[in-house]
Amino acid sequence: MSISNSLFQGKHVRLGPIDHEKDPEIVSLWTHDPAFMRMMYTDVQRPLSPWQVKKELEAMEKSIEEEKNQFHFRIRARRGGRLIGFAEVMWISWTNGSGYTRIGIGASKDRRKGYGGEALGMLLRYAFAELNLYRLTAIIPEYNPAALALFAGYGFREEVRRRQALERDLQRWDLLQYGLLASEWKEMNP
Amino acid sequence: MNNDLLRGERVRLSAEDPETLAKLFSQWSNDSEYSRLLDWDPARCHSVKNVQKWFEKDGENPARVFFAIRTLKDDRIIGEIGLNGIRWNHGDCFVGIGLGERKYWGKGYGTDAMKVILRYAFTEMNLQRVTLDVFEYNPRGVRSYEKAGFVHEGRERGTLLREGRRWDVIFMGILRADWLKAQEEKK
Repeated sequence: MSISNSLFQGKHVRLGPIDHEKDPEIVSLWTHDPAFMRMMYTDVQRPLSPWQVKKELEAMEKSIEEEKNQFHFRIRARRGGRLIGFAEVMWISWTNGSGYTRIGIGASKDRRKGYGGEALGMLLRYAFAELNLYRLTAIIPEYNPAALALFAGYGFREEVRRRQALERDLQRWDLLQYGLLASEWKEMNP
Repeated sequence: MNNDLLRGERVRLSAEDPETLAKLFSQWSNDSEYSRLLDWDPARCHSVKNVQKWFEKDGENPARVFFAIRTLKDDRIIGEIGLNGIRWNHGDCFVGIGLGERKYWGKGYGTDAMKVILRYAFTEMNLQRVTLDVFEYNPRGVRSYEKAGFVHEGRERGTLLREGRRWDVIFMGILRADWLKAQEEKK
């Protein structure tokens, strides 16, 4: 990779900014799918209207500007720019060079097509070759094997297992933390 | 029923006004070792005014569970303990503790305070588990948490960079069922 290789252009998807006009309609649809939302978030799920999503996205962008410890991208189709998902590096501790990451593909029809993997590949390059982080952590519920497999496929290792930290559908589940070091990423991406 | 919920064998947990806390926190922030054991952000010296403003704002949040640690013997405030990141839907939270007064380190005061807040978490807040993280360079903390019943759940490799080297962040947790069992065994 060199300076002239784009950080944001993949083969099928690209990383881009929020479109405050068009995105809220689509994200609102995602929030009506608890199967997706419970995989992504541990808080109590409820659907959001496009207006509520718009407010949330504005608040999110404001906190990104103010706190300077997170970088958010929308995953878009390379052709046409249709919104597919999001990819984030957050809670960065600059003095320690450590951060957390999250990837989501919103609509079920867009899953299992390699979009998440492609976006994660780009996000890792961004985290290690642009932000110069030392390590990244992904926090994933035990009941999300697709995400566990995705991150494991990119070299992440299980580091922490918070036993029975979640309750969903009357059952207790572990919350896992997967970690990847920059040195490990470099070895895989010479 | 145990209505003496906030009293342990050596300490009790109390609520204090921002003014009282601010003076102590400002003083404790001059101890860089204390700050480095407590937090992974850079150690800083905080003014009384700054800390007081923070406590006044935070004090309005009813969801906050934060206590000062007072010795039973001479009723002196020696540290702080609090539950944060409470996720009611999952019954989980993080606990954080610090003894700003160094001469009380390594004598069981922290372990006692931790036992008291665990009882509060499980019998008053009805949580299902309590989580904490502790830094690799704090073996005293790890031993204290083990004594209070916490179990090792893994470590983030090299998350901290201090004094030119990498240190792990160790995660520990205690489950309600295990805590209850330990209480029964004590009887």
